Amino acid sequence: MNKITNNKAWFLVLPVFFIVAISAIIPLMTVVNYSVQDIFDPQTRFFVGTEWFEQVLGDSRLHDALLRQIFYTLSVLFIEIPLGIAVALTLPRKGWGVSASMVLLALPLLIPWNVVGTIWQIFGRADIGLGGYVINLMGIDYNYAQNPMDAWLTVLVMDVWHWTSLIVLLCYAGLRSIPDAYYQAAKIDGASRWAVFRFIQLPKMQSVLVIGVLLRFMDSFMIYTEPFVLTGGGPGNATTFLSQFLTRMAVGQFDLGPAAAFSLVYFLIILLVCWVFYTVVMNAGKQGEQ
Amino acid sequence: MARIDLKSLAHSYFPDPKTDEDYALRRMEHVWEDGGAYALLGPSGCGKTTLLNIISGLLTPSHGQVLFDGKDVTSLAPEERNIAQVFQFPVIYDTMTVYDNLAFPLRNRGIDEKRVDARVREIAGMLDLTGKLKQKARGLGADEKQTISLGRGLVRDDVSAILFDEPLTVIDPHLKWVLRRKLKEIHNKLRPTMVYVTHDQVEALTFADKVVVMYGGKVVQLGTPQELFENPAHTFVGYFIGSPGMNIMDCKIDDGAAWVDGQRISLSDRHLEAVSKQTGKLELGIRPEFLTLETGNADKGSDGIEVNITKVEDLGQFKIATTRFGASEIKVKLGEDEQVVGQSGILRFAPEWTKLYADSQLVA
Repeated sequence: MNKITNNKAWFLVLPVFFIVAISAIIPLMTVVNYSVQDIFDPQTRFFVGTEWFEQVLGDSRLHDALLRQIFYTLSVLFIEIPLGIAVALTLPRKGWGVSASMVLLALPLLIPWNVVGTIWQIFGRADIGLGGYVINLMGIDYNYAQNPMDAWLTVLVMDVWHWTSLIVLLCYAGLRSIPDAYYQAAKIDGASRWAVFRFIQLPKMQSVLVIGVLLRFMDSFMIYTEPFVLTGGGPGNATTFLSQFLTRMAVGQFDLGPAAAFSLVYFLIILLVCWVFYTVVMNAGKQGEQ
Repeated sequence: MARIDLKSLAHSYFPDPKTDEDYALRRMEHVWEDGGAYALLGPSGCGKTTLLNIISGLLTPSHGQVLFDGKDVTSLAPEERNIAQVFQFPVIYDTMTVYDNLAFPLRNRGIDEKRVDARVREIAGMLDLTGKLKQKARGLGADEKQTISLGRGLVRDDVSAILFDEPLTVIDPHLKWVLRRKLKEIHNKLRPTMVYVTHDQVEALTFADKVVVMYGGKVVQLGTPQELFENPAHTFVGYFIGSPGMNIMDCKIDDGAAWVDGQRISLSDRHLEAVSKQTGKLELGIRPEFLTLETGNADKGSDGIEVNITKVEDLGQFKIATTRFGASEIKVKLGEDEQVVGQSGILRFAPEWTKLYADSQLVA
């Protein structure tokens, strides 16, 4: 069979090429541009090679921010994923309770980040905030503006409140897709509650959980607004995560070169972690199939 | 293995059933003998699966009792009843290997690994799964998955009964036949009590020693395949079993014979005596196998009926002729070498195979 070669078809790819170029490639290349040059104004610029990269990678404040960030993200995942699964398992499967709990769960997801920050900023205040006031009444000296631990915990609780619903909804959808026959067969097979979870429910939730973990990882790794609204990254540097640090560097100090270099490193970390996680999970699923 | 008694059992999915129509299962008394191979046959929606789920304990009946060997188990959960059930669509544990899938029901009951291993290998051998034991179950085809489900049903050797809910629906025809043979073999070897739900009469008749026919939430007949064929206790059984089903016609009794559409069909004294006590709506039934059709200027004689032949279908080993007189359409099964000449013929009824029904129940 003779294939007809028609190079005009390449024109059809052009719109996509432009969209991708404008949305991703050009901005990214701008950042790359800044990361390898020292630019004073459009006429005055010097190529500096890897100097900015060396500088940011050797910056101990950045190391601290990265550690804080990793610890924070892991905490978010270790709380939100099990909690989300647990809540999904207890949700009603039919009746009016289904829609009621769906609406309740969806509410936090609809609130913008900075509003969430503001809500908790007020809620956590010891003088006028209900939460802060009650905690202090119980004899605990809670003050997120002064105590680094309190600030860190507040940001964590805020995120759990804001995003656990997402995991719940994803898991619930996964659970609903399991036919009744599976539960009936498990009963007949004499499976314990744990075995039902381990061998029926968890495998069926696996694919949605992968998406859930990835979303929560990326989102919490890039957290910016909430700590910014709550304490602006303080007290001290207690809630200065990577984004906070980056913004301070780029906008606050106008160190565009190091900021660009750091942005690229930041981007690569997220890309790498997601890729490794996804590949590992998908390969684990395929093992033994052939 | 156990004998299963259903005592005045009935079930309704409504909290407060009033009419008969509210019941998915009408009141029944039924005994499944120990070691029997039963088929539960009936159209979709007749209550077969409901009955099966009541026996296995997935459903608690709204009325009556279920006894295993005389012990009341009505309120016991499935895992306390010691029963195995195979479902219509494959249920497998995706993340486990085939071996672990088969071992699962045994391990859950704390049976020691040596015994588990022996049983799993025995069942895998019977179902041709030995080569696949180490594979993950998730990558297998629907046939193999269902075979694993069957295996999980068969793996325990101490069960009171094994229940099958249309287990071969998703299996391709060739393998269906093989698996049915396997089940039959396993039954002959181990004699478990087996109840096999199906709406396919061929499946029911080949698998079972005894067939239970259900219709509209009731058991209408329990019998061997031969009994169901020769002596249908209910017009539904006549119509549902057999291919084509029994010819059923409205009739009246007058002058020592039955009259259908103004045609006289002679009856035996046995029929006449039994029918004299009946008041309900009368129907006459005869299987297509027991009718004879003569064509080509045949003599009408005293017991023949003139009919028009509207259609003759050749099905390879036999022919089906569709004949008509008045408003009645009657199918006749003919041998492959019987010739049908012309558009009309003489139909004769064999009196010993002619059945009379009053309100759908067999009279004689």
